[in-house]
Amino acid sequence: MPVKDYIRKRFFPHIWCPGCGHGIVMQGLLNAIEELEIQKNNIAMVSGIGCSSRIVGYLDFHTLHTLHGRALAFASGVKFSKPSLKVIVPMGDGDATAIGGNHFIHACRRNIDMTAIVMNNRIYGMTGGQFSPLSDVGIYATTAQYGNIDHAFDIAKLAKGSGATYVARSTTYHVTEMRKYIKQAIAHKGFSVVEILTPCPTYFGRKNNMKSAVEMMEFLKNNTVPIGSKAMEENPKLVERGVFVNEPKTEYCDGYDKILEKAYIAVKGAQS
Amino acid sequence: MEGKIRFVQGNEACIEGALYAGLNFFAGYPITPSTELAEHLSVRLPQIGGKFIQMEDEIASMAAIIGASLTGCKTMTATSGPGFSLKQEALGFAVMSEIPCVIVNVQRGGPSTGNPTHVSQGDVQQAKWGTHGDHAIVAVTASTIQDVFEMTIEAYNIAETYRTPVIILLDEVVGHMREKLIIPEQGVIPTIGRLRTAVKPGVDYHPYFPREDGRLPMSDFGDKHRYNVTGLFHDMWGFPTGKPEEIHKLMRHLVDKIDSYANKICKYKEFYLEDAETVLISYGASARTALEVVHYSRKRGRKAGLLELQTIWPFPQQIVREVCAPAKRVVVVEMNMGQVLQEVKASVNNPNKIFLCNRIDGTLITAEDVKQVIRTIQGKGV
Repeated sequence: MPVKDYIRKRFFPHIWCPGCGHGIVMQGLLNAIEELEIQKNNIAMVSGIGCSSRIVGYLDFHTLHTLHGRALAFASGVKFSKPSLKVIVPMGDGDATAIGGNHFIHACRRNIDMTAIVMNNRIYGMTGGQFSPLSDVGIYATTAQYGNIDHAFDIAKLAKGSGATYVARSTTYHVTEMRKYIKQAIAHKGFSVVEILTPCPTYFGRKNNMKSAVEMMEFLKNNTVPIGSKAMEENPKLVERGVFVNEPKTEYCDGYDKILEKAYIAVKGAQS
Repeated sequence: MEGKIRFVQGNEACIEGALYAGLNFFAGYPITPSTELAEHLSVRLPQIGGKFIQMEDEIASMAAIIGASLTGCKTMTATSGPGFSLKQEALGFAVMSEIPCVIVNVQRGGPSTGNPTHVSQGDVQQAKWGTHGDHAIVAVTASTIQDVFEMTIEAYNIAETYRTPVIILLDEVVGHMREKLIIPEQGVIPTIGRLRTAVKPGVDYHPYFPREDGRLPMSDFGDKHRYNVTGLFHDMWGFPTGKPEEIHKLMRHLVDKIDSYANKICKYKEFYLEDAETVLISYGASARTALEVVHYSRKRGRKAGLLELQTIWPFPQQIVREVCAPAKRVVVVEMNMGQVLQEVKASVNNPNKIFLCNRIDGTLITAEDVKQVIRTIQGKGV
């Protein structure tokens, strides 16, 4: 099925700025879904608030555009009540790790079968360029006019430490790789996280001496390396791309099925 | 009424009512004095194939039941004051996106952590205005175990009929006291199911285009129609809009769909009101005290009566106005600083004859408290 068949054309044009990476992620996501041959009716896409969260409105799935940071909590309700649905949660970095940090780590811990796609542009775009938990020290933002003093999260390590059973990182420059990880994540049984570094030329670029979208894409190309790359030894500031975790663990809805069995046996026992 | 007889707490009666109404998804977080709801449902729901999940916090619990309602479940979360504050954000989302769900608030003393194990009725106005922005809401309450059961069923019926979150405002006394409960056979008390759209697959379904009667047939997530749900002002497709005329229309719809049906929604009980000179207005645990005072007064030939409110929001203005008009004096009996008092005063022509009898120390208001206030009003001293 061509990509255009997954789109709600009625609601275009989209709201994203020229040079934004969210459209690249959206296409990668649709390509992955197409390759996995998942029916549109079997996908629920749940998002929070922010530029990236607007993805859901443009796509022809069951879509739920919720509250800032709360997408994974709403999505848990959707998935747990109807486990036959594939649940995909597009999120921003502030959405996932600041206001939604608690929901994020607990979704990882619970290992409920959903996929979080975290679009990390290291800035709050929709509200006009404030620093996020991913901005890191020294970055300039509209609320860090003297330079940021907040240390950054590492989303992949955070997800791994919290118990997610599939964790990968890529960028919007490495489109083929990004699509591969999204595909693996959706196919994975359990809670999966794909962090995608994506450019925000309008706010991050303008404040941090990257004047154009092309410059920002080059930054993603030149400052990320595959996991285990020797370049990391010489320059520890580089960011690793690749699959950090891919392991089986009892999925939450499967675990609940065991509770149903026990409860059923308890009722039968009481009746006999 | 005939049926299975049980001797249960108010919190358990609430569970029985919810299961009778078809509850099959609960998400919660531990908090006193509502915890029995979560504990018992963690046993009961799996026995009927339903879902129970303990979430990471109150916010997530509220969010999860909205998500589950969209797949067609009848849902509940339960909490008390501090948790109710946290749920307000997602409660507003359910209002805006018109998702049926039920929130139980077993009230304790506030503000803040307040008085966790003691009674209060301090969340009446929060139930109405806790979430931001103009909106209508439904809140029900009860003073007996049988009424907790029946009003819980009513809460689900209202939630489904009007596509709205419904708040069940219990209090610590009603939640924890035990009384006889009769659970009738299924079908004796009517239960209302989800109104689903008849629009065929492939035909444009407008999830937010109200029928002539204001109702909006739903389609389950995972079913034949795919549509968008958002907390932003939205058009008939559920897609965000900034158009003034669409914003105005949706705002009116959200308020009118409840307030226009206030007389149909509002439930109350009348005791000895026909010739009452002293009218007591109360609800929840304090209504038990008020009724005791009415019985006491009647035995002594004094014309006292009670209007017990079972629906607090929308506020039952019409019956309050009618009942207060012929009365010489009206006493609102409640365990807060006068949260229903102000609504009663706003509903009547002569607010000067409306008085408050309250207790705010975490103990149940007593008959002596009420009698003293009546004596004072009548100039008989204390």
